[in-house]
Amino acid sequence: MTADWLTAFLGRLTTREIQAQEEPAAGLAPAHLLTVQADDWGQFAHEAKNWDCRWVAAWGEDSGDDLIANACFEKDGTYLVARTHVKRATPILPSHTPYFLAADRPERHMQDMFGIAFMDHPDPRRWTRHRAWKESEYPLRKNFPAAGNPLAQTPPNDNYRFLFAHGSGVYEIPVGPVHAGIIEPGHFRFQAVGETVLNLEERLGYVHKGIEKIAEGRDAKGLARLAGRVSGDSTVAHAWAACMAMEKAAGIEVPPRALALRAIMAERERVANHLGDIGAICNDVSFAFAFYQFGRLREVWQRVSRETFGHRFMMDRIVPGGVLSDLDDQASGSMQKQMVSLKKELDGLYNIIDDLPSLEDRLDTTGHLSPETAKAFGALGYVGRASGIPYDVRKDAPYAPYDRLSVEVPVFQDGDVAARVKVRAEEILASFKLIETLIEYLPPGSVRADWKPAPAGAEGLGFTEGFRGEILAYVRFGENGQIARYFPRDTSWLTWPTLEKLIRDNIVPDFPVCNKSVNGSYSGHDL
Amino acid sequence: MLRILGKIQRIGIVTEPLPKIDEPALEEVGAQIKAKIGEMFSGSLAIRQVDAGSCNGCELEIHALNNPYYGIERFGVHFVASPRHADMLLVTGPVSRHMEAALRRTYDATPEPKLVIAVGECGANGGEFGVSYASCGAVSNVIPVDAVIRGCPPTPLDLMRGILQAVGELPALK
Ligand code: SF4
Repeated sequence: MTADWLTAFLGRLTTREIQAQEEPAAGLAPAHLLTVQADDWGQFAHEAKNWDCRWVAAWGEDSGDDLIANACFEKDGTYLVARTHVKRATPILPSHTPYFLAADRPERHMQDMFGIAFMDHPDPRRWTRHRAWKESEYPLRKNFPAAGNPLAQTPPNDNYRFLFAHGSGVYEIPVGPVHAGIIEPGHFRFQAVGETVLNLEERLGYVHKGIEKIAEGRDAKGLARLAGRVSGDSTVAHAWAACMAMEKAAGIEVPPRALALRAIMAERERVANHLGDIGAICNDVSFAFAFYQFGRLREVWQRVSRETFGHRFMMDRIVPGGVLSDLDDQASGSMQKQMVSLKKELDGLYNIIDDLPSLEDRLDTTGHLSPETAKAFGALGYVGRASGIPYDVRKDAPYAPYDRLSVEVPVFQDGDVAARVKVRAEEILASFKLIETLIEYLPPGSVRADWKPAPAGAEGLGFTEGFRGEILAYVRFGENGQIARYFPRDTSWLTWPTLEKLIRDNIVPDFPVCNKSVNGSYSGHDL
Repeated sequence: MLRILGKIQRIGIVTEPLPKIDEPALEEVGAQIKAKIGEMFSGSLAIRQVDAGSCNGCELEIHALNNPYYGIERFGVHFVASPRHADMLLVTGPVSRHMEAALRRTYDATPEPKLVIAVGECGANGGEFGVSYASCGAVSNVIPVDAVIRGCPPTPLDLMRGILQAVGELPALK
């Protein structure tokens, strides 16, 4: 069924003489596939922007003869994949960045990995590529071996041209890649006057470990394992998205019981991360009490995950076709019991957090992200929802079992750190309700369908709502059921750039708490 | 404030007694380690954690060492912000090639005598990522490693045992 806006949009493209053809693509459904002429690639984005579409993701592919560029858009819960082919000899495309800020880094990633040049892209600098491979080498082209041609030692990334600020009293603070805490590596460059941040520039890519490339040639099971390690804190959501994509490509029907169990795990993952992050945010403004209380709750939560699913993060529990293990009455009973006691404890803690003047002083108005900026960057998850953007895949483009559940999505307008904490606090309680319902109505039956390899060329697209927000996974199979292309887009691609904006005019000492309130994944972004 | 104090009082202390591992019990190892840390590191062991390419799973469990259940500080172990203050590097991840130089520099900035522990399957042998154009694999492919803590990720308890045992196996100072 074609969404209303899509029919009208296609009509609009025709009047604008933009050549776009809707193609059948069963594995991508419910997303629609349009092939677009390379020359029209930029104009297509322009029209999508005029149509108020959200820019979701971009990824490339090497088809041998040509290079393929894909871009995904969304409006009213309907996804659209636009695809174009460019010649290997002249891989040049118009950029989407002039229309969608969110396309900036993904296009630079594509440029680094495939050698597709985006003309009229406002920033020609490399992004994912530091110096582990040569400028003339493109790791995601098929003729580039996964082993690459590494030097004996990779030189440091010391020739990147950062933006400069001039003026009296302006000074620069370089931070990272090794940060002063137990945290992932990346580089931040601040320009400040006194205590006030004038500008922040992020330089990521330090934990690029070739996930997209080493996925190639794996079987379905192997890809699920790898997807579960795109970002360790979102292991359930990424593994689910990748399995969803593979299952669609292979035409496999996942048993309802398995879907319900996946959702229980995904909600447990959301709760664990929110618990840890609320504590850490409070700790960043020296409210150690909350750090210890929430750290304690997260620990008991993870222990029950281990008791019920066999792993504190539930890693490798989602497998192609279903899930690894079933849930018995005893385990679901202990889960329910824990939620009852946790709910009580949280009510008490939320009361404390809510009316503590010193906390309010540090969190209210700090790191403000306006709804307009959030929308311009396509921010999602708790970052978007704290700035008035309600989009949630579970509710707006629901996949089973969420299509039969009512998902509460808290939305605030303030856009500050306090609002991001509130969203998380409420999401925990919403997840409790979902888990309760899922346990109560757990469908009978098996937890895993037999896997049958997908035919060569079959492609699939998966969307899940991770704790950070929407996660996309694209998969194409090659010969013998082996993966030919895997692309995971973590929400972090969309929220990292917002940090550069929301930190402006804040004081340098508030950077940690602003950063933690966004909590971008480095690994999920660097790939 | 009363509510906070009330909460603190109601929860009490949740730090767990040391669970038993192989003989001698961890309790006993703990005492030995504490003595060892006393002798070799003047009572406190300072750890600098370095993520050299992990998926962040290992970091989350290392974080947990500081939650009230494990409370690793009670053995005189604490995490520091600079390698220059560290006795030990706790390194995770298959070392991404982009982190290679930073890891070497961190290692060089850590004063002797120093201990390096590679954490997780990735740190031990490259894990799911192995060696590629983008990844150096095991930590020992880049800097000398004294001990390895396996697991994906290792649980906080695995981490505690690993850290304490690595220190325990140090040759006596005198
Ligand atoms: S060992 Fe496992 S948890 Fe640790 S970084 Fe590697 S994949 Fe992540």
